[in-house]
Amino acid sequence: MLQSACCREGGKNVVLLEITGLGKTFGGKQVLRDISLDVEKGEIFAMMGPSGTGKTTLLRILNLLERADAGHIKLDGMVINGGQNNNRIAARQRISMVFQSSALFNDTVYNNVAYGLKVRGMDKHTIKSKVDQCLALVGLIGYENRKAKTLSGGEEQRIAFARAVVFEPDLLLLDEPTANLDPSNVVKIEEIIRTINRELNTTIIIATHHMNQVRRLADRVGMLLDGELIETGRVEDVFVKAADERTRAFIVGEMVY
Amino acid sequence: MSSAEFIIQGIITAIELIAGMDPYILSIAGVSLKVSGTATFIASLTAIPLSFIISHREFWGKQKLLTLINTGMGLPSVFVGLFVFIMLVPAGPLGFLKLIFTPKAMIIAQYILVTPIITSISLAAINAVPIAIRENAYSLGGSHRDVAVVVLKEAKFGIVTSVLAGFGRAIAEVGAILIVGGNIAYTGSVGGIGEGLSYTRTLTTAITSETSSGDISVAIALGLILITINLSVNAAVSMLQGRGEERGTA
Repeated sequence: MLQSACCREGGKNVVLLEITGLGKTFGGKQVLRDISLDVEKGEIFAMMGPSGTGKTTLLRILNLLERADAGHIKLDGMVINGGQNNNRIAARQRISMVFQSSALFNDTVYNNVAYGLKVRGMDKHTIKSKVDQCLALVGLIGYENRKAKTLSGGEEQRIAFARAVVFEPDLLLLDEPTANLDPSNVVKIEEIIRTINRELNTTIIIATHHMNQVRRLADRVGMLLDGELIETGRVEDVFVKAADERTRAFIVGEMVY
Repeated sequence: MSSAEFIIQGIITAIELIAGMDPYILSIAGVSLKVSGTATFIASLTAIPLSFIISHREFWGKQKLLTLINTGMGLPSVFVGLFVFIMLVPAGPLGFLKLIFTPKAMIIAQYILVTPIITSISLAAINAVPIAIRENAYSLGGSHRDVAVVVLKEAKFGIVTSVLAGFGRAIAEVGAILIVGGNIAYTGSVGGIGEGLSYTRTLTTAITSETSSGDISVAIALGLILITINLSVNAAVSMLQGRGEERGTA
């Protein structure tokens, strides 16, 4: 089994992301309440929970696509949500996200993957080299000149991964990245996730409601239910003996939602 | 001469005028293309950024602006002509600019007519770009400007369609430019410009005056040129809409 690449400094795990007291309300409905969580550098953290429980909203807030109503998010100790606009822009450059739907640009595969590098002002030679590396990482070398719209669903999602990691983000957010894929593509995407984590040392938070995917990929897991993070722990601990009865019910498929 | 002969003779003479590159006909077509092309170009510079802002920003008066644009799409051209005339006539508030009865006055009138059309069609094209495209561009580190470029590229077929539709409206328009342009052709050599050439006479305004004066062959020749331009523009619009629909961004 592949090992994740958690970073240690002086024998202690280093926290990359600190979430404190995060809350979000939509139209009078509280979708996230008092979320507090630390995510360590180099780990894969799975956020599991039923559909509509706030996983996507949490990832969108972390990706700075939504604003939280309460709480703080720190990346490497720097607050990235709230008023400090410069911090937001700098943080955005270090965080990337793969959505459920790949939503590739109506352009070539090369230009899709190169986008994140172009907006960072990199030179053509560097861009070419990094795009080639990322296409190799997702197993799509030779697809450079293909139009993105001509790809299959699995290939589209692999390109979505390539363009999300080409600029080597510190934090990669994955929102149900295999939701619309067939089993063989699920295997490929999970292998890509492991490779990104291992070779690029990218910290990953994955939102999913697939128990087996959590088991196969994650180091730690959190259970989000009705906007509350009711339990976090190492995967092997939570899956063997969950501290919260609702987590256990969800894992064994007894939870009705 | 029977009515059929009258029409056939008119068409034959019209074709001879076009084939012979008649300077009067060419000068009229040139003024039409220059005025409508310039008005459409300037309107595009206003309308495309405006449609992007309307699509992506919330601001005070946005709904009122949308109502104004929708009203502007069906604005009677004679009303626009009257409005611009009142503004530019020597006794009017902008009379000091001395623009009345010049091609510039015609450009202003057509700009007012065309801007709402380009804005409205561009807005529909930009709104059709999935929000996920915009969010992905932000997520990949794009600035507001980078994201705008992505969205405009995704909507490019619809935007080009809007510009062509605007040009189609401008080149076919007659009421406003007749009022503010005056349908003027030189009757003598002025400042080196050849006698009988158009100054503010366009394909549409010339058709009205030539028909009134009974020169049906010239009117048919102008009509043929106008309809050829319009058909070309409409064919381009249809083709682009087809391509846009394939991509879901028409």
